[in-house]
Amino acid sequence: MAGDSNKARAGLWPGLAAIGLTTCYLAALLAAEQQDVIIALLALGIAIVVGAAWFGLFDGVSRSFAEREDSMGFFVIVALVALGAYFHEDHFILLLVVTVLLYSVATLGLNIQFGYAGVLNFAGASFFGIGAYTSAVFNTYTAVPHLIVLLIGGLLAALIGSLLLLPVLRTRGHYAAVVTIAFALLFKTFLEVNDVLGGPQGMQVPAMNLSGWSFNDNIEIGDITLSFYLNYFIVSVLLLIVAFGLVRRLERSWIGLNLDALRLDETAASCFGLNIARWKITAFLIGNFLIGIAGALFGMVGGFVGPNNYTFADSLILVSILLLGGIGNPWGLVVATFIVVVVPEKLQTIQEYRFLLYAGMVIVVLLFRPDGLLPRPVRRYFPGWRS
Amino acid sequence: MSVLLEARGVVRRFGGVIALDGLDLSVAPDEILGLIGPNGSGKTTFFNVITGIYGADEGSVTFDGTDITRVSSRAVYQAGISRTFQRSRLSLPLSIFDNIMIGNHKRLNQGLWFNLVQRAGFKREFEESYRAARTLVEVFEPQLADRMFEPVAGLPMIDRRRIEICRALISAPKLLLLDEPSAGMTHDETAELMNDILLVRERNKNLTIIIVEHEMGVIERITDRCVVLNFGRKLAEGPYREVAANAHVQEAYLGVA
Repeated sequence: MAGDSNKARAGLWPGLAAIGLTTCYLAALLAAEQQDVIIALLALGIAIVVGAAWFGLFDGVSRSFAEREDSMGFFVIVALVALGAYFHEDHFILLLVVTVLLYSVATLGLNIQFGYAGVLNFAGASFFGIGAYTSAVFNTYTAVPHLIVLLIGGLLAALIGSLLLLPVLRTRGHYAAVVTIAFALLFKTFLEVNDVLGGPQGMQVPAMNLSGWSFNDNIEIGDITLSFYLNYFIVSVLLLIVAFGLVRRLERSWIGLNLDALRLDETAASCFGLNIARWKITAFLIGNFLIGIAGALFGMVGGFVGPNNYTFADSLILVSILLLGGIGNPWGLVVATFIVVVVPEKLQTIQEYRFLLYAGMVIVVLLFRPDGLLPRPVRRYFPGWRS
Repeated sequence: MSVLLEARGVVRRFGGVIALDGLDLSVAPDEILGLIGPNGSGKTTFFNVITGIYGADEGSVTFDGTDITRVSSRAVYQAGISRTFQRSRLSLPLSIFDNIMIGNHKRLNQGLWFNLVQRAGFKREFEESYRAARTLVEVFEPQLADRMFEPVAGLPMIDRRRIEICRALISAPKLLLLDEPSAGMTHDETAELMNDILLVRERNKNLTIIIVEHEMGVIERITDRCVVLNFGRKLAEGPYREVAANAHVQEAYLGVA
């Protein structure tokens, strides 16, 4: 921006205040159990957000995040840890938060594919499922260390996903999306008829165990009992940090630029030397790798995996998170995952109508904020960098 | 006379339509060649054949001693040819800097490890590229140089043209193909843009240009030589004044009197 180099750097305070308030709000929402309290809290949240946007209070916040992203990221981690500590003995809520964290990792993967490279993947849940089945098989039949199993889950998702490369490269836009839908349906049928993988009954997934540290035991420190989900919580936070950092660096590099260029205009991109196939493949594989790792860990968290856990409907949820959060903006994705996972879980009254809720949210967002809740800003290779 | 680009008997058909019908054309190093002709005479098709967007059905194109008839757009760019498009093809949501860097592809390190892990090295390359892009943009419009990280979508047509030309020039090509740079701009804006292009060429002596243009003032002012196309064939060739006086050329443009 012209003259913006004269201004002082954005302050930390607006961002910090936003993180603090959001954390308290989330704690209250997660802890609430009565339906009327939850509905009141949700209404309050929407009112605050709309009001703050109305009075322009988010400008300072977005400036803090744009220019001081590393510090903001650190405080978000602190806030997450605080949430984890606050709910240290509540199995259900920790499971919910872990679900949010792992779905975020998966949508970050989807974001590389669709948000950057423009390759629509409607089989996200299938690749998530490949990860989960990997942990089921490896944890049951082998003694491979479980952290390695997570990596294998990612690799297998990328490998099996590479079956789709040829059709995805040979088709464009909607047609490529149809190929992935076909894959999702084939995948489910394959699992249902395959007895080795448990058929329609699915498989048990043995819990994570890192050199003797068993994740399915509650942690006892003196008189305090910590939920065993706290183990998974820690690993999930770490995984999200790594995935987030990876996506950020990818976007803020020439590779991110290549992906944008080929998404926006393949012909122009190839006139400037871009190898379209190479970068589409790179994005598709890295995306599936992230989705697979998230799925592998999620399988261990849930302890069970079946063909009906990872259907086309779940893939649609992942895509709707992407649309809701703001395609291409990792912060937006994390926020949107919280909304999409937590709201239906807390609002028990609407359980059966949850797809109606998703559809409604997506339509409202597309109508009023076509770029999502937090639209993707212009690329800054180094936040706060001045020439 | 040495030759930088040479097309021999290039034929390109679209179904029953013959867009290029045995075109012979050569460009000398450091020359500015004007490519003119009525609408549909095959000018843009010729650019698309050179840059590998369309294949040639017959004939050959040689650039700098190598045959580029059947190579991909990528390889043509690597060999040192870059172009602008008749209808602006910038990536509108991306910043000015990003758009120019798309044109710099071959000079940027594209390795995964370099981009994701070696951030210090990446930062050095980024800062160097930023300076180069800024210097280039300053030639065209100093005010744009302070707005390098603003999206292109908000800019007027003339600025978009400037950025498109910067995108084509940043990789220091040997041959620049300009496809109707004056489209959508006023007379004065076009004149300004041409001055800037000549200025860049002044600094960077061995830049050869082929320009497709309908505004004859531009052609007269900047080209050394013109080739007139009609129905995919070469109708006339020579300095602008000579070509403009040619009876066949007048007939092609204006019809028979």
